[in-house]
Amino acid sequence: MALVVKRPKLTISERLFFPTLIKGLRITFAHFLRSIQGKSKVTMQYPEEKWDDELPEHFRGAPALVTDEHGKERCVSCQLCEFICPPRAITIIPEEIPTEDKWAKVEKRPQEFDIDMIRCIYCGLCEEVCPEQAIFLRKDYAITGLTREEMVHDKEKLYEIGGVRTGLVNKWNELK
Amino acid sequence: MDWPFIIASLIKIIVFALAIVMVMVAYSVYAERRVSAAIQDRVGPNRVGPPLTLFGAKKDPRFAGLFQPMADGIKFLLKEDFTPNHVNKGFYWLAPALVLIPALLTCAVLPFGSELDLGFLGIETPIPMVIANLNAGPLFIFAIASLGVYGIVLAGWASNSKYAFFGGVRSTSQMISYELSLGLSLVPLLLIYSQLNLVNIVQFQDANGWLMLPMWGEGWTLERWVLLIPIFISFLIFTTSIFAETNRTPFDLPECETELVAGYHTEYSSMKFALFFMGEYAAMIVGSGLIVTLFFGGWSIPFAPYLGLAYEAGNTPFWLGLLHIACFLAKIVVFIIFFIFVRWTIPRFRYDKLMDLGWKVFFEVALVNIFLTALIIWFFNRS
Repeated sequence: MALVVKRPKLTISERLFFPTLIKGLRITFAHFLRSIQGKSKVTMQYPEEKWDDELPEHFRGAPALVTDEHGKERCVSCQLCEFICPPRAITIIPEEIPTEDKWAKVEKRPQEFDIDMIRCIYCGLCEEVCPEQAIFLRKDYAITGLTREEMVHDKEKLYEIGGVRTGLVNKWNELK
Repeated sequence: MDWPFIIASLIKIIVFALAIVMVMVAYSVYAERRVSAAIQDRVGPNRVGPPLTLFGAKKDPRFAGLFQPMADGIKFLLKEDFTPNHVNKGFYWLAPALVLIPALLTCAVLPFGSELDLGFLGIETPIPMVIANLNAGPLFIFAIASLGVYGIVLAGWASNSKYAFFGGVRSTSQMISYELSLGLSLVPLLLIYSQLNLVNIVQFQDANGWLMLPMWGEGWTLERWVLLIPIFISFLIFTTSIFAETNRTPFDLPECETELVAGYHTEYSSMKFALFFMGEYAAMIVGSGLIVTLFFGGWSIPFAPYLGLAYEAGNTPFWLGLLHIACFLAKIVVFIIFFIFVRWTIPRFRYDKLMDLGWKVFFEVALVNIFLTALIIWFFNRS
């Protein structure tokens, strides 16, 4: 059965159109006045105003590698993050730590650790899966570059973003 | 040959029809964007300034985005001028020009100032600030302005595309229907002025009060105040018809984005598209100029006789001439802002409502209005 849509009955002032036009103009003019006095809330003016101070604790920005308090790279090249990464942004080439090294008993470390920031979807699964707490999502969000190569973060860059992170994972310490 | 006259006319054409109108076109686009942004609680283009960093400066100043029109112009010039294969080339190229040229031609009869006394340059007679002092001003404007529809129809037809074609067809029927009420709504004014010379019409208003504001000179008569009723009806019809003629919302059916992609200029790109755009805005400016000239005293300063600024033919100082031009431009700007406000306030008409309004309401009202005006004039002047 067809649905009968009831048309609203227009009053005379509505049918004359001009009174309603004036009503509408009043609304737009009020908005106009509010805007030019700077009273209405408008978009953030991005490069000048930034959101940085109000970023929530759980904000997921660019992933980065961290070293511990002894300057040791935490990553042991287990490649779990590489496997779990949904867009396959992470590429790791592992290498054995030579025996004369101070941390020889860790056995493995990444030789190459690349994250393609064009592919990265900032899901945070790498951080979640990492058994060594070596990879963290930082709060950096403005990742830019002029070429595709520039957008691939290599190991050096990742450590530069990540820096040192102390605490928690102590299983490779001498003390233990 | 009357060389001084030709040179003066050329200067007036270049300064008024090209420089002033074109700059106003550019900046009314900017105003449109800023005002619409303010209405919708946005910011609008506020960034483009002179690119001083190209010349070694540290920072680009912004000037609230006032350089946006220039950036837009450069963008239009540098874009690829793409001609699709399926179009009718000759008409396709002709159409954009046919939209812009009539809009600029109508500037010729608009008096944009009283007269400029260039005595300090050694020119004896003051120069009238109108390009062509025709004795048939409004008729000339109607004749030329209705040519604008050809550009749109040709654009729609030559594009050989459904959307453009619909736009062209709609534009034809719309412009033809509203041309009628546009012309008829002016007849009462011509009855009151009893002449067609726009220069004299403005001088009459300067001495005797604007048509919509008869508050000085011979304006303080009962006749003029009673005549305000038909004049106001005329004003409503005329302004609405100008909206329809310039294809602006609420009558922008020829180019309604939601139905026709972009209407008659769907297939146009680059500078050809820009010409349509400029044509629309130039028509808007000229339309505002016409409303101002006919209803709001053109270049005349409000309450001029009380302020001692009344115009006297052949005896106007240079600064007063400039003030008259500024007054005219200011009035036009007010109307452009009004046009912009209306565009961002009300939605588009349904097509059959548009036709109904043109043929079943405005046409009849305009006819009755003529009789009403004639009746009032007859009543006050019977002896």
